[in-house]
Amino acid sequence: MTIASPEVSADTRKSGRYVYIASVILLCAWVIVPLYFLLINTLSSPEAVNSFPKSFVPDFDLGSLTFFANFAGMLSALKNSILVAGLTMIMSITIGAPAGYALSRFDFPGKGLFRFLILLTRAFPLPLLALPLAVMFIRTGLDDSIFGLALVHTTLAIPFAVLITFSLFSGIPIELEEAAWTLGCNRLTAFQKVILPLVLPGITASAIFAFVISWNEVFAAAVLTIENRTLTAFLLQNLDTSPLHLKFAGGFILVVPALIFIFAVRKYLFAMWGIANR
Amino acid sequence: MSARYLPYILIFPVTLFLCLFFLYPFVLVAQQAFTTGAGFTLENFHDVTGHWKFPISLKNTLYLAAAVVPVQLALALLMATMVNGMGKGRDLVLYIWTIPLGISDLAAGIIWLAIFEQSGFLNSMMSGLGVIDRPANLMNYQNPGLIFLAIALAEIWRATAIMLVILVAGIGLIPKEYYEAAEVFGASPWKRFLRITLPLLRPSLSTALVLRVILAFEIFAVVQALGGTLFPVLMGETYKYQFELLNGGGAAAIALIILGISIAFTLLIMRLLRVPKGATI
Repeated sequence: MTIASPEVSADTRKSGRYVYIASVILLCAWVIVPLYFLLINTLSSPEAVNSFPKSFVPDFDLGSLTFFANFAGMLSALKNSILVAGLTMIMSITIGAPAGYALSRFDFPGKGLFRFLILLTRAFPLPLLALPLAVMFIRTGLDDSIFGLALVHTTLAIPFAVLITFSLFSGIPIELEEAAWTLGCNRLTAFQKVILPLVLPGITASAIFAFVISWNEVFAAAVLTIENRTLTAFLLQNLDTSPLHLKFAGGFILVVPALIFIFAVRKYLFAMWGIANR
Repeated sequence: MSARYLPYILIFPVTLFLCLFFLYPFVLVAQQAFTTGAGFTLENFHDVTGHWKFPISLKNTLYLAAAVVPVQLALALLMATMVNGMGKGRDLVLYIWTIPLGISDLAAGIIWLAIFEQSGFLNSMMSGLGVIDRPANLMNYQNPGLIFLAIALAEIWRATAIMLVILVAGIGLIPKEYYEAAEVFGASPWKRFLRITLPLLRPSLSTALVLRVILAFEIFAVVQALGGTLFPVLMGETYKYQFELLNGGGAAAIALIILGISIAFTLLIMRLLRVPKGATI
């Protein structure tokens, strides 16, 4: 219906295509370039990190990373981070997945209220909970412990675990389960033999998601731990005093698992949010 | 075990957990904020809001949110629509764009510190181009605007990904038939975006905005890494009341103020982007 000659419209379409490709590349660079800068700083000697001007290629010196590894308390902080995130991962899935299953398979009075409770957690700045919990933990002897912090991180991760597993279970037709029942399975064995193998990859993805939530959390970790700092809390506490190369090496160690994990869950990322929205 | 009780048994652990570690702490924090030892009082709030740093940190937090969230929304919408029409390379581009999703705010602050610190990459670039001959100390009290910019950029860099994921998932739920019909009637891509994508994306937009706005009010580690004490924000003040001033009541009072702002904005966003009753995709 356009009057423009085909040549012109083909031309504009072509230039539009170039603009499109250029902006995609630009946006990719916007994400990657700052990460590359961090990589340069991490793989440079401490002297190079503090020198000026910076080189834009890394000199592959492990000085900064060695310094990081030898810095007092850093390795135990790293260990604490892994432990807390691991515990969070296990707890949020074992507690959250059954609820996700219940939401997808049953209609029961109080279901609306329960969903509301889950959604409510999203409308609150959860790390602030760490303040009153600090007092509560001192009373119960959980203060400054890996387990105590993992409990708080589980609170952060559980709404996601419930919603993600809910969407996973909803994606599997109930007829499959019913077929298993008619073939002599009861609810438990049908779940084990039919449903579990199907959802296991998705469950793993949401477990990884819980791990990352805990691994990255700063505020609650800084409030609730004193001796047993996690990596984020340790870095935060020493921001004022630590030299640049220590910060950058620490930042790098924080980023690496994130890269791997996002790669591992990339297939599920969008499916998880698609249904969790409703 | 009867099927009637099974769902309740399944949701019991989560309910118990959230009561213990979500609802109960909120009662505690409110209690702590409204008492100083002798009954109900507003003294903590007077104390906290009367401090000279409070208006600055409130202003900083709100301005940051106001600067960051709209940019993120626009950027996420742009990226989501760009990805939507993409054929080859979609997975790779999406992976790259969602990388920051896994990166903590502290790490993001450190990453942008590498760019903005005195011997950092911004100064190196400028000296390489001959704009400056010696590295300038960018992140000090003389450049409050630059600190603001660095923090805003770090936040936009880090947290646009979560909105992108929610919006891409949301766009995936919109039936293709609507677009086909619009195309038949001659609607331009821009018209299709305005008349189909935006209205049908309302649930996702509301989720994404609520999540982002709340996280924006919680901003803490990025600021600590880039601005330190030069750029006070509410969450940082909470931390300071708890640890440096050892004033739990004060910390709880600011916590309640952050909570109040968050809830107000959540309700506002949900109301503005409400889907009319009975309307479905």
